[in-house]
Amino acid sequence: MKIFAKVAFVAAFIGSASFAGSITPSDVTFGEDGEVTASLTGVVGDAANGRKLFMNRKKGNCLACHVNSEMSEQSFHGEVGPELDGVAARWNTAELRGILVNSKMMFEGTIMPSFYWDSGYERTLKKFVGKTILEAQEVEDVLAYLSTLKE
Amino acid sequence: MKFKKLITVVLGALAIPFAAVAGEDSQLTVEGQLMVTSVAAPAHMENVDKIFSGWVFRKDETQALQMDDFDNPAFIFIDKAIDTFSKVEGTAGKACVSCHESPEVFKGLRASMPRVNSSGELETIPELVNGCRTERMGAEKWKWSGGSMAGIVGLIGLQSRGMSVDVTIDGPASSMWEKGKELYYTRVGQLNMSCANCHEDNYGNMIRADHLSMGQINGFPTYRLKNAKLNTIHGRFKGCMKNIRATPYKEGGDEFKALELYVASRSNGLTVETPSVRN
Repeated sequence: MKIFAKVAFVAAFIGSASFAGSITPSDVTFGEDGEVTASLTGVVGDAANGRKLFMNRKKGNCLACHVNSEMSEQSFHGEVGPELDGVAARWNTAELRGILVNSKMMFEGTIMPSFYWDSGYERTLKKFVGKTILEAQEVEDVLAYLSTLKE
Repeated sequence: MKFKKLITVVLGALAIPFAAVAGEDSQLTVEGQLMVTSVAAPAHMENVDKIFSGWVFRKDETQALQMDDFDNPAFIFIDKAIDTFSKVEGTAGKACVSCHESPEVFKGLRASMPRVNSSGELETIPELVNGCRTERMGAEKWKWSGGSMAGIVGLIGLQSRGMSVDVTIDGPASSMWEKGKELYYTRVGQLNMSCANCHEDNYGNMIRADHLSMGQINGFPTYRLKNAKLNTIHGRFKGCMKNIRATPYKEGGDEFKALELYVASRSNGLTVETPSVRN
Protein backbone atom coordinates (compact mmCIF):
# COMPACT_ATOMS: atom_id res chain seq x y z
CA MET A 1 0.00 0.00 0.00
CA LYS A 2 2.75 2.36 1.04
CA ILE A 3 4.79 1.62 -2.09
CA PHE A 4 1.74 2.13 -4.28
CA ALA A 5 1.13 5.54 -2.75
CA LYS A 6 4.73 6.55 -3.38
CA VAL A 7 4.59 5.50 -7.02
CA ALA A 8 1.34 7.35 -7.50
CA PHE A 9 2.87 10.48 -5.97
CA VAL A 10 5.95 10.33 -8.23
CA ALA A 11 3.80 9.70 -11.31
CA ALA A 12 1.64 12.69 -10.46
CA PHE A 13 4.74 14.85 -10.02
CA ILE A 14 6.20 13.86 -13.40
CA GLY A 15 2.84 14.41 -15.02
CA SER A 16 2.53 17.89 -13.64
CA ALA A 17 6.08 18.78 -14.60
CA SER A 18 5.71 17.90 -18.24
CA PHE A 19 2.19 19.21 -18.73
CA ALA A 20 0.63 21.76 -16.43
CA GLY A 21 3.68 22.21 -14.24
CA SER A 22 5.33 25.20 -15.90
CA ILE A 23 5.39 28.31 -13.79
CA THR A 24 3.43 31.02 -15.61
CA PRO A 25 5.32 34.28 -16.29
CA SER A 26 3.31 36.17 -13.68
CA ASP A 27 4.09 33.50 -11.05
CA VAL A 28 7.87 33.57 -11.45
CA THR A 29 9.55 34.53 -8.17
CA PHE A 30 12.53 36.85 -8.46
CA GLY A 31 15.17 37.23 -5.78
CA GLU A 32 16.44 40.56 -4.55
CA ASP A 33 18.89 40.97 -7.42
CA GLY A 34 16.61 39.66 -10.16
CA GLU A 35 17.69 36.04 -9.95
CA VAL A 36 15.22 33.14 -10.35
CA THR A 37 16.14 30.11 -8.27
CA ALA A 38 13.37 27.67 -9.16
CA SER A 39 13.31 25.89 -12.51
CA LEU A 40 10.39 27.06 -14.65
CA THR A 41 9.40 23.47 -15.45
CA GLY A 42 11.17 21.07 -13.11
CA VAL A 43 12.57 19.35 -16.21
CA VAL A 44 16.32 19.52 -16.73
CA GLY A 45 17.21 21.66 -19.74
CA ASP A 46 18.48 20.19 -23.00
CA ALA A 47 21.70 22.05 -23.85
CA ALA A 48 21.79 20.80 -27.46
CA ASN A 49 18.32 22.21 -28.09
CA GLY A 50 19.31 25.36 -26.21
CA ARG A 51 22.18 25.85 -28.64
CA LYS A 52 19.73 25.71 -31.57
CA LEU A 53 17.38 28.18 -29.88
CA PHE A 54 20.32 30.50 -29.25
CA MET A 55 20.97 30.95 -32.99
CA ASN A 56 17.40 30.56 -34.30
CA ARG A 57 16.28 33.98 -35.56
CA LYS A 58 12.63 33.30 -34.71
CA LYS A 59 13.36 31.94 -31.24
CA GLY A 60 16.12 33.17 -28.92
CA ASN A 61 18.19 34.85 -31.64
CA CYS A 62 20.68 35.57 -28.84
CA LEU A 63 23.42 35.71 -31.48
CA ALA A 64 21.81 38.86 -32.89
CA CYS A 65 23.22 40.83 -29.98
CA HIS A 66 25.95 38.69 -28.38
CA VAL A 67 29.32 37.36 -29.51
CA ASN A 68 29.69 33.67 -28.69
CA SER A 69 32.99 32.01 -29.66
CA GLU A 70 31.56 28.54 -29.07
CA MET A 71 29.40 29.22 -32.14
CA SER A 72 32.23 30.37 -34.39
CA GLU A 73 30.78 28.43 -37.33
CA GLN A 74 28.09 31.13 -37.52
CA SER A 75 29.35 34.11 -39.55
CA PHE A 76 27.62 37.01 -37.86
CA HIS A 77 27.65 37.74 -34.16
CA GLY A 78 26.02 40.85 -32.72
CA GLU A 79 27.67 43.55 -30.65
CA VAL A 80 24.79 45.10 -28.76
CA GLY A 81 25.12 43.08 -25.56
CA PRO A 82 28.16 41.70 -23.70
CA GLU A 83 30.12 38.75 -25.10
CA LEU A 84 28.90 35.44 -23.73
CA ASP A 85 32.22 33.61 -23.64
CA GLY A 86 32.57 32.36 -20.08
CA VAL A 87 29.14 33.67 -19.10
CA ALA A 88 28.57 30.68 -16.79
CA ALA A 89 31.71 31.58 -14.88
CA ARG A 90 30.44 35.09 -14.25
CA TRP A 91 26.85 34.30 -13.30
CA ASN A 92 25.28 31.41 -11.45
CA THR A 93 22.30 29.43 -12.74
CA ALA A 94 19.69 31.43 -10.85
CA GLU A 95 21.11 34.71 -12.11
CA LEU A 96 21.24 33.49 -15.70
CA ARG A 97 17.65 32.26 -15.44
CA GLY A 98 16.58 35.66 -14.12
CA ILE A 99 18.36 37.43 -16.98
CA LEU A 100 16.63 35.22 -19.53
CA VAL A 101 13.16 35.50 -17.98
CA ASN A 102 13.21 39.28 -17.51
CA SER A 103 16.59 40.98 -17.51
CA LYS A 104 14.97 44.30 -16.56
CA MET A 105 14.65 43.00 -12.99
CA MET A 106 18.45 43.01 -12.82
CA PHE A 107 19.42 45.72 -15.32
CA GLU A 108 17.00 48.61 -15.29
CA GLY A 109 16.40 50.11 -18.73
CA THR A 110 18.28 47.40 -20.64
CA ILE A 111 17.52 46.95 -24.35
CA MET A 112 17.43 43.16 -23.82
CA PRO A 113 13.98 41.68 -24.41
CA SER A 114 12.32 39.64 -21.67
CA PHE A 115 12.12 36.10 -22.97
CA TYR A 116 9.52 34.75 -20.53
CA TRP A 117 7.24 37.71 -19.97
CA ASP A 118 3.80 38.19 -21.46
CA SER A 119 2.29 41.41 -20.16
CA GLY A 120 2.76 45.15 -19.96
CA TYR A 121 3.72 45.52 -23.60
CA GLU A 122 2.36 48.29 -25.86
CA ARG A 123 1.04 47.69 -29.40
CA THR A 124 2.26 44.12 -29.63
CA LEU A 125 1.52 42.51 -33.02
CA LYS A 126 -1.65 40.47 -32.75
CA LYS A 127 0.00 37.09 -33.20
CA PHE A 128 2.32 37.72 -30.24
CA VAL A 129 -0.22 39.17 -27.81
CA GLY A 130 -0.24 37.33 -24.47
CA LYS A 131 2.65 35.15 -25.60
CA THR A 132 6.22 34.87 -24.41
CA ILE A 133 9.21 34.92 -26.79
CA LEU A 134 10.32 31.51 -25.49
CA GLU A 135 8.34 28.71 -23.85
CA ALA A 136 9.23 27.79 -20.26
CA GLN A 137 11.13 24.67 -21.29
CA GLU A 138 12.93 26.59 -24.03
CA VAL A 139 14.22 29.01 -21.37
CA GLU A 140 15.51 26.02 -19.38
CA ASP A 141 17.13 24.63 -22.54
CA VAL A 142 18.92 27.91 -23.35
CA LEU A 143 19.96 28.08 -19.70
CA ALA A 144 21.43 24.57 -19.93
CA TYR A 145 23.39 25.65 -23.01
CA LEU A 146 24.64 28.88 -21.37
CA SER A 147 25.77 26.83 -18.38
CA THR A 148 28.25 25.07 -20.68
CA LEU A 149 29.95 28.38 -21.57
CA LYS A 150 32.48 28.34 -18.76
CA GLU A 151 35.46 29.99 -20.40
CA MET B 1 58.05 64.02 -24.93
CA LYS B 2 55.22 65.90 -23.37
CA PHE B 3 53.89 66.77 -26.80
CA LYS B 4 54.04 63.18 -27.93
CA LYS B 5 52.14 62.06 -24.87
CA LEU B 6 49.50 64.68 -25.45
CA ILE B 7 49.06 63.52 -29.03
CA THR B 8 48.64 59.94 -27.85
CA VAL B 9 46.01 61.02 -25.34
CA VAL B 10 44.15 63.07 -27.93
CA LEU B 11 44.25 60.28 -30.49
CA GLY B 12 43.18 57.81 -27.84
CA ALA B 13 40.21 59.96 -26.94
CA LEU B 14 39.28 60.37 -30.57
CA ALA B 15 39.56 56.66 -31.26
CA ILE B 16 36.66 55.84 -28.97
CA PRO B 17 33.82 57.63 -30.75
CA PHE B 18 35.35 57.04 -34.17
CA ALA B 19 35.65 53.31 -33.66
CA ALA B 20 31.88 53.09 -33.39
CA VAL B 21 31.35 54.08 -37.00
CA ALA B 22 33.04 52.32 -39.87
CA GLY B 23 34.28 54.42 -42.74
CA GLU B 24 33.58 57.65 -40.94
CA ASP B 25 36.44 59.28 -42.82
CA SER B 26 35.18 58.22 -46.26
CA GLN B 27 33.51 60.98 -48.21
CA LEU B 28 30.38 60.81 -50.27
CA THR B 29 30.46 62.65 -53.55
CA VAL B 30 27.50 62.19 -55.84
CA GLU B 31 28.02 63.23 -59.42
CA GLY B 32 30.98 65.25 -58.21
CA GLN B 33 29.03 67.02 -55.45
CA LEU B 34 30.29 66.58 -51.88
CA MET B 35 27.65 65.53 -49.33
CA VAL B 36 27.81 66.19 -45.60
CA THR B 37 27.62 62.70 -44.06
CA SER B 38 28.69 63.68 -40.55
CA VAL B 39 28.22 66.94 -38.69
CA ALA B 40 27.63 68.30 -35.21
CA ALA B 41 24.22 67.23 -33.92
CA PRO B 42 21.46 69.84 -33.86
CA ALA B 43 21.12 71.57 -30.48
CA HIS B 44 17.84 69.80 -29.61
CA MET B 45 19.55 66.38 -29.48
CA GLU B 46 20.47 65.93 -25.85
CA ASN B 47 22.25 62.58 -25.99
CA VAL B 48 24.22 62.79 -29.22
CA ASP B 49 27.14 65.04 -30.20
CA LYS B 50 27.54 64.12 -33.81
CA ILE B 51 25.14 62.83 -36.44
CA PHE B 52 25.92 60.47 -39.31
CA SER B 53 24.17 59.70 -42.55
CA GLY B 54 23.14 56.08 -43.03
CA TRP B 55 25.57 56.00 -45.96
CA VAL B 56 28.48 55.95 -43.49
CA PHE B 57 27.34 52.60 -42.06
CA ARG B 58 27.11 50.77 -45.36
CA LYS B 59 29.70 48.55 -47.01
CA ASP B 60 32.03 49.93 -49.69
CA GLU B 61 30.12 48.31 -52.55
CA THR B 62 26.81 49.71 -51.36
CA GLN B 63 28.37 53.13 -50.78
CA ALA B 64 29.80 53.17 -54.30
CA LEU B 65 26.37 52.57 -55.89
CA GLN B 66 25.19 55.96 -54.66
CA MET B 67 28.12 57.93 -56.05
CA ASP B 68 27.15 57.74 -59.70
CA ASP B 69 23.59 58.08 -60.98
CA PHE B 70 24.23 55.49 -63.69
CA ASP B 71 25.12 52.94 -61.02
CA ASN B 72 22.33 53.94 -58.64
CA PRO B 73 19.43 51.51 -59.20
CA ALA B 74 16.99 54.09 -57.80
CA PHE B 75 17.22 55.95 -61.09
CA ILE B 76 15.19 53.26 -62.84
CA PHE B 77 12.30 54.49 -60.73
CA ILE B 78 13.23 58.16 -61.03
CA ASP B 79 13.17 57.80 -64.83
CA LYS B 80 9.71 56.26 -64.63
CA ALA B 81 8.61 59.17 -62.46
CA ILE B 82 9.87 61.64 -65.07
CA ASP B 83 7.45 60.01 -67.54
CA THR B 84 4.68 60.07 -64.94
CA PHE B 85 5.27 63.78 -64.46
CA SER B 86 3.93 64.56 -67.92
CA LYS B 87 1.30 61.83 -68.05
CA VAL B 88 -2.27 63.18 -68.20
CA GLU B 89 -4.58 61.50 -65.70
CA GLY B 90 -7.98 62.21 -64.16
CA THR B 91 -11.12 64.07 -65.14
CA ALA B 92 -9.46 67.48 -65.49
CA GLY B 93 -7.20 66.25 -68.28
CA LYS B 94 -4.07 67.41 -66.50
CA ALA B 95 -0.60 66.11 -65.74
CA CYS B 96 1.85 67.37 -63.10
CA VAL B 97 3.54 69.35 -65.86
CA SER B 98 0.32 71.26 -66.59
CA CYS B 99 0.85 73.30 -63.43
CA HIS B 100 4.51 72.67 -62.57
CA GLU B 101 6.78 73.54 -65.48
CA SER B 102 9.35 70.88 -64.59
CA PRO B 103 10.42 68.80 -61.56
CA GLU B 104 13.13 71.40 -60.94
CA VAL B 105 10.60 73.89 -59.61
CA PHE B 106 10.54 71.73 -56.47
CA LYS B 107 14.16 72.50 -55.62
CA GLY B 108 14.40 73.06 -51.86
CA LEU B 109 11.06 71.54 -50.90
CA ARG B 110 12.41 68.18 -49.69
CA ALA B 111 14.95 69.87 -47.40
CA SER B 112 12.26 71.54 -45.28
CA MET B 113 9.66 68.76 -45.14
CA PRO B 114 7.55 67.87 -43.30
CA ARG B 115 6.23 71.31 -42.39
CA VAL B 116 3.14 72.96 -40.96
CA ASN B 117 0.95 74.57 -43.64
CA SER B 118 -1.17 77.72 -43.45
CA SER B 119 -4.10 75.73 -42.02
CA GLY B 120 -1.89 74.62 -39.13
CA GLU B 121 -1.62 71.03 -40.34
CA LEU B 122 1.59 69.07 -40.58
CA GLU B 123 2.02 68.15 -44.24
CA THR B 124 4.29 65.73 -46.05
CA ILE B 125 5.26 65.39 -49.72
CA PRO B 126 2.96 62.40 -50.41
CA GLU B 127 0.03 64.46 -49.11
CA LEU B 128 0.89 67.36 -51.40
CA VAL B 129 1.04 64.92 -54.32
CA ASN B 130 -2.30 63.34 -53.48
CA GLY B 131 -3.80 66.79 -52.90
CA CYS B 132 -2.86 67.73 -56.48
CA ARG B 133 -4.17 64.45 -57.83
CA THR B 134 -7.59 64.61 -56.20
CA GLU B 135 -8.23 68.38 -56.21
CA ARG B 136 -6.57 69.58 -59.40
CA MET B 137 -6.35 66.53 -61.65
CA GLY B 138 -9.53 64.75 -60.63
CA ALA B 139 -7.47 61.56 -60.38
CA GLU B 140 -7.38 58.75 -57.85
CA LYS B 141 -5.19 59.03 -54.77
CA TRP B 142 -2.00 57.01 -54.83
CA LYS B 143 -1.17 54.54 -52.10
CA TRP B 144 1.34 55.98 -49.62
CA SER B 145 4.11 53.48 -50.33
CA GLY B 146 3.07 52.37 -53.80
CA GLY B 147 5.53 52.48 -56.68
CA SER B 148 4.03 55.59 -58.34
CA MET B 149 4.10 57.59 -55.12
CA ALA B 150 7.61 56.50 -54.08
CA GLY B 151 8.86 57.39 -57.57
CA ILE B 152 7.37 60.87 -57.75
CA VAL B 153 8.41 61.64 -54.14
CA GLY B 154 11.90 60.50 -55.14
CA LEU B 155 11.89 62.76 -58.20
CA ILE B 156 10.75 65.75 -56.12
CA GLY B 157 13.35 64.92 -53.43
CA LEU B 158 16.15 64.63 -55.97
CA GLN B 159 15.74 68.32 -56.82
CA SER B 160 17.01 69.16 -53.31
CA ARG B 161 19.93 66.74 -53.40
CA GLY B 162 23.01 68.35 -51.90
CA MET B 163 21.00 70.89 -49.90
CA SER B 164 21.15 70.97 -46.13
CA VAL B 165 18.23 69.39 -44.25
CA ASP B 166 16.56 72.26 -42.43
CA VAL B 167 13.29 71.23 -40.82
CA THR B 168 11.46 73.73 -38.61
CA ILE B 169 10.62 72.40 -35.17
CA ASP B 170 9.41 75.44 -33.28
CA GLY B 171 6.34 77.67 -33.58
CA PRO B 172 3.28 75.83 -34.89
CA ALA B 173 5.39 72.69 -35.48
CA SER B 174 6.37 72.29 -31.84
CA SER B 175 3.42 70.23 -30.60
CA MET B 176 3.74 67.66 -33.40
CA TRP B 177 7.50 67.63 -32.92
CA GLU B 178 7.06 66.89 -29.20
CA LYS B 179 4.64 64.12 -30.07
CA GLY B 180 7.18 62.65 -32.50
CA LYS B 181 9.90 62.83 -29.89
CA GLU B 182 7.73 61.00 -27.41
CA LEU B 183 7.08 58.24 -29.95
CA TYR B 184 10.81 57.99 -30.65
CA TYR B 185 11.52 57.21 -27.01
CA THR B 186 8.50 54.94 -26.35
CA ARG B 187 9.10 51.21 -26.14
CA VAL B 188 6.69 49.07 -28.13
CA GLY B 189 6.10 45.50 -29.20
CA GLN B 190 6.97 42.14 -27.71
CA LEU B 191 10.67 42.96 -28.00
CA ASN B 192 9.82 46.12 -26.06
CA MET B 193 12.15 48.56 -27.79
CA SER B 194 12.06 52.21 -28.77
CA CYS B 195 13.68 53.82 -31.81
CA ALA B 196 16.31 55.19 -29.42
CA ASN B 197 17.32 51.77 -28.06
CA CYS B 198 18.83 50.87 -31.42
CA HIS B 199 19.41 54.13 -33.30
CA GLU B 200 20.61 56.35 -30.49
CA ASP B 201 22.13 53.95 -27.94
CA ASN B 202 23.54 51.36 -30.33
CA TYR B 203 24.32 52.90 -33.72
CA GLY B 204 27.58 51.55 -35.09
CA ASN B 205 26.98 48.15 -33.45
CA MET B 206 26.14 45.02 -35.38
CA ILE B 207 22.81 43.25 -34.90
CA ARG B 208 23.91 39.96 -36.33
CA ALA B 209 24.70 40.85 -39.99
CA ASP B 210 23.11 44.31 -39.85
CA HIS B 211 25.16 47.38 -39.06
CA LEU B 212 22.92 49.66 -36.97
CA SER B 213 22.68 53.21 -38.31
CA MET B 214 21.32 56.32 -36.62
CA GLY B 215 18.07 55.86 -38.53
CA GLN B 216 18.46 59.11 -40.46
CA ILE B 217 15.93 59.74 -43.23
CA ASN B 218 17.81 62.33 -45.32
CA GLY B 219 18.25 59.83 -48.17
CA PHE B 220 14.60 58.77 -48.54
CA PRO B 221 13.00 57.50 -50.60
CA THR B 222 15.84 55.02 -50.60
CA TYR B 223 16.61 52.11 -52.89
CA ARG B 224 17.14 49.03 -50.74
CA LEU B 225 19.13 46.09 -52.09
CA LYS B 226 16.95 43.94 -49.82
CA ASN B 227 13.75 44.53 -51.80
CA ALA B 228 15.03 46.19 -54.99
CA LYS B 229 12.61 49.12 -54.90
CA LEU B 230 12.26 52.66 -53.64
CA ASN B 231 11.27 52.65 -49.97
CA THR B 232 9.29 55.43 -48.36
CA ILE B 233 9.90 56.90 -44.91
CA HIS B 234 6.65 55.59 -43.44
CA GLY B 235 7.19 52.24 -45.14
CA ARG B 236 10.53 51.96 -43.35
CA PHE B 237 9.01 52.97 -39.99
CA LYS B 238 6.45 50.23 -40.52
CA GLY B 239 9.15 47.63 -41.22
CA CYS B 240 11.05 48.61 -38.11
CA MET B 241 7.97 48.27 -35.93
CA LYS B 242 7.20 44.83 -37.31
CA ASN B 243 10.77 43.77 -36.58
CA ILE B 244 10.25 44.48 -32.91
CA ARG B 245 6.90 42.69 -33.08
CA ALA B 246 4.85 45.86 -32.69
CA THR B 247 1.67 46.81 -34.56
CA PRO B 248 2.76 49.59 -36.93
CA TYR B 249 0.96 52.91 -37.01
CA LYS B 250 -0.84 53.76 -40.23
CA GLU B 251 1.24 55.12 -43.12
CA GLY B 252 0.24 58.74 -43.52
CA GLY B 253 -1.34 58.82 -40.05
CA ASP B 254 -0.66 61.46 -37.40
CA GLU B 255 1.79 59.26 -35.45
CA PHE B 256 4.09 58.51 -38.38
CA LYS B 257 3.87 62.12 -39.60
CA ALA B 258 4.91 63.36 -36.16
CA LEU B 259 7.68 60.77 -36.02
CA GLU B 260 8.81 61.80 -39.51
CA LEU B 261 9.07 65.42 -38.36
CA TYR B 262 11.06 64.48 -35.28
CA VAL B 263 13.40 62.06 -37.09
CA ALA B 264 13.89 64.57 -39.93
CA SER B 265 14.89 67.17 -37.35
CA ARG B 266 17.57 64.80 -36.07
CA SER B 267 19.18 65.05 -39.52
CA ASN B 268 19.20 68.87 -39.65
CA GLY B 269 22.64 69.71 -41.03
CA LEU B 270 23.14 66.57 -43.11
CA THR B 271 22.52 66.84 -46.85
CA VAL B 272 19.52 65.55 -48.73
CA GLU B 273 20.78 62.40 -50.48
CA THR B 274 17.56 61.40 -52.22
CA PRO B 275 17.57 58.84 -53.75
CA SER B 276 20.08 57.00 -51.57
CA VAL B 277 21.12 53.34 -51.73
CA ARG B 278 21.01 51.19 -48.62
CA ASN B 279 20.96 47.49 -47.65
